[in-house]
Amino acid sequence: MTAELVRGQNHPLPGARLEIRISAGKPIVAGAVLSDAQGRTPGPAWVAHPGTPALPGLEVSQQVAADHRLAVDLAALPEDAHRLSVLLALPTGTGGPARFGALPAPYVAVTAPDGSEIANYTVTGLDSESAVVVLELYRRQDAWKVRAVGQGYAGGLAALFADLLAGRDAAEARRLADEVADAVTRGLSRSVAPPRVTSDGSAAQGGRPATQPGRPTPSQEPADTTGDTGTGSPRPLPDAGGGPVDYTHPARRRTAPPPPPPSAPPAPPGRPAAPVAGDATGWSMEERLYNQVWGMFEDLARTAAAYRSAVDFADQRRERELDAALADPRARLGGQGEAAREAARARYADLVEQARAVLDRDLAQLRAESEVVEPALPPAFARWDSPVWQDFRVPMEMPMALRLGDLHLPECGDVRIPMLVRLPLERGMWIDSGRAPGGVGMLVDPEEVRRLALDTAVTHAARLLAAYPAGEFAVHVIDPAGSGAEAFAPLVEAGVLAAPPGAGPAAVAQVLGALTQRVDLLQMAFRGGAPDALPPDLDTAEQLLVVNDFPHGFDDRAVTQLRYLADEGPAVGVHLMLVADREDAAGYGPLLDPLWRALLRLTPVPDDHLADPWVGHAWTYEPPGAPLGSRVLAQVLERVATARREWNR
Amino acid sequence: MTVNMTKGQAISLQKSDGGTLTAVRMGLGWQAAPRRGLFGTRTREIDLDASAVLFADKQPVDVVFFRHLVSDDGSVRHTGDNLVGGAGQGGDDEAILVDLQRVPVHIDQIVFTVNSFTGQTFQEVQNAFCRLVDETNGQELARYTLAGGGAYTAQIMAKVHRTGSGWSMTALGTPANGRTFQDLMPTILPHL
Repeated sequence: MTAELVRGQNHPLPGARLEIRISAGKPIVAGAVLSDAQGRTPGPAWVAHPGTPALPGLEVSQQVAADHRLAVDLAALPEDAHRLSVLLALPTGTGGPARFGALPAPYVAVTAPDGSEIANYTVTGLDSESAVVVLELYRRQDAWKVRAVGQGYAGGLAALFADLLAGRDAAEARRLADEVADAVTRGLSRSVAPPRVTSDGSAAQGGRPATQPGRPTPSQEPADTTGDTGTGSPRPLPDAGGGPVDYTHPARRRTAPPPPPPSAPPAPPGRPAAPVAGDATGWSMEERLYNQVWGMFEDLARTAAAYRSAVDFADQRRERELDAALADPRARLGGQGEAAREAARARYADLVEQARAVLDRDLAQLRAESEVVEPALPPAFARWDSPVWQDFRVPMEMPMALRLGDLHLPECGDVRIPMLVRLPLERGMWIDSGRAPGGVGMLVDPEEVRRLALDTAVTHAARLLAAYPAGEFAVHVIDPAGSGAEAFAPLVEAGVLAAPPGAGPAAVAQVLGALTQRVDLLQMAFRGGAPDALPPDLDTAEQLLVVNDFPHGFDDRAVTQLRYLADEGPAVGVHLMLVADREDAAGYGPLLDPLWRALLRLTPVPDDHLADPWVGHAWTYEPPGAPLGSRVLAQVLERVATARREWNR
Repeated sequence: MTVNMTKGQAISLQKSDGGTLTAVRMGLGWQAAPRRGLFGTRTREIDLDASAVLFADKQPVDVVFFRHLVSDDGSVRHTGDNLVGGAGQGGDDEAILVDLQRVPVHIDQIVFTVNSFTGQTFQEVQNAFCRLVDETNGQELARYTLAGGGAYTAQIMAKVHRTGSGWSMTALGTPANGRTFQDLMPTILPHL
């Protein structure tokens, strides 16, 4: 018999092993806080959240989800824990709703291990709250009971923790809330975003569903917004809950069926088919290549996972067998022990050899595929040394993605996967000019890293400029101390910058002020549903702000503006590229942590810091360098400038 | 060749043309619970779950189930959790696809299980079956009728294991009780 609780009502619990099931309809964070007989929580060690998911007798999910199952064993909780409060919170910084009022009422059920419901509670009446204590399980005279609480906090997790951890200082509550936010976004900010569903409604091949709703960008489509899609694309409020709804019929946008993809010639029996460029689903060759690259990325990630798990297993088995040989007293005498050890080693070598053979087979196939795919890639996807750049023309429409560099794994030899990100950019970039990351064992002096970081930033900016149609991408540069003059010279000389690099605090304030105002204006227009009301002289180009030497020349106001641009800018086509050393900005303390998290970290030297979305290997990122002594960058920028003059933009 | 088995039967199978298996699919189908009167939402829904446990030397190393849909190496893929069942017309409501050629070299056995997550025994579920299909030619290798099979909430269905250079399958069909594959581990281990 299930008890349907109302707020404040309690109900006895029959057993110690319970499961708490939560469904909220939208991804949320779930956690739990323990407290003692006096209702006090001694510290963060008694809080289970995605960052520290397991406590004795209590386990919560490590990630956000629409449905949660919390496992509780009341008998295994610490002796002096008398109350367990179950809390829900909306994840911050993932583009989801910011208030529970925008979600269906969360439903919580306490169930026995066999799944039978003991009590349930629907948390109604929530509005602006972004964190809520839904239930508490409490000990009364050695028996446990559950009570429906439903106490919401508009101040989010920080306010909730401040209340539950009464007696501790507020800073600790905030730190805890940040820790939760950090744990939630860690996966997001450290991972390469999975391929999004494309505008044609076809999901990228082999990818899992996107974790972030795709956001169309208004300034992206000033030209092709025709009558049938209404007035512009009305942008939903970022906090109105969920992603935007695309009402256009997926099949209407293109009436002609796509040409059939190239198919591989039949393979001789017993051998894999020879790879062909564009051998993936998609409406255009570009989309097929994009999907093919993502398919190769996933295949390489999984192949490496298979190899690593086999080698790990072989390793563990050898250890176990060696231990067993040592532990056996009979084997210590004579040659028996030696034979056992020898056998263990042979079994290890045998399995590793088999795993290596499989890996080599797969790598050979991927290498062959890479060899046909690379030359077929359009400029936006291609390496700088690709011949396509030689007869580069400024495109008439924006490509679907951009290559930011290459990815590879240590055991995969020379197989490189192009790292493609969707355009328009969803996150800004942070080119780390910090001390040479030790990961790859390169010793480069700090000045050299700084210079390389700047060069990398210029390369990325040039590629972005070349990807957009003439005049649809504007680049601003802030170089407060003027230390980047030499590196920015190619951009300045080609005349592709919106204005000369800004130097000094006044220029910083001016550029940031102008961009902040632009974001405000666009947000207001789209939130108000009146994109037509924008001033006619507002240029529709996407904006990129390159900041060198952050935080030099930045006051508190400028830092706040920068954080605002990082959070709100991408949705309205204003992007950041920070060339910075995190150490330099350490003076600002945790204030800047959200800023770093909001940006995609790229390095000027190879560094293994990017995780794939499937198994989470640490991939080594290689920045895209133009070949030494090549004039390809200058040529491309020159063509961008010429196209602008021709189009008068 | 379809083997319609009752519980407890175990048969080794090679492919009928003498070749070896390269890809198999485990399918699970059942009929959704009938709607109850006016308040249809209160119908006690039936949620059966298919899982595949990957073993190396009798140790579980990976599991593919509704919360982990693709094994890390990508060789075993679950098509997604079905929480309510289907029409009961013989179609698979949940499926697990195994690409045997891509299974990592150390994994030597894969055990398929069915659990009743919502706790109904197979007596209470209409038209429930599970089957193993050779993906390359669509041939059914084994089929179990679960419905009416007794007061059990789980079944250890079958295992595929390495033999020589290829794979073969043994039908197990051992009834058990448990909510997820974790509860079944003690029952699985004797079959390895």
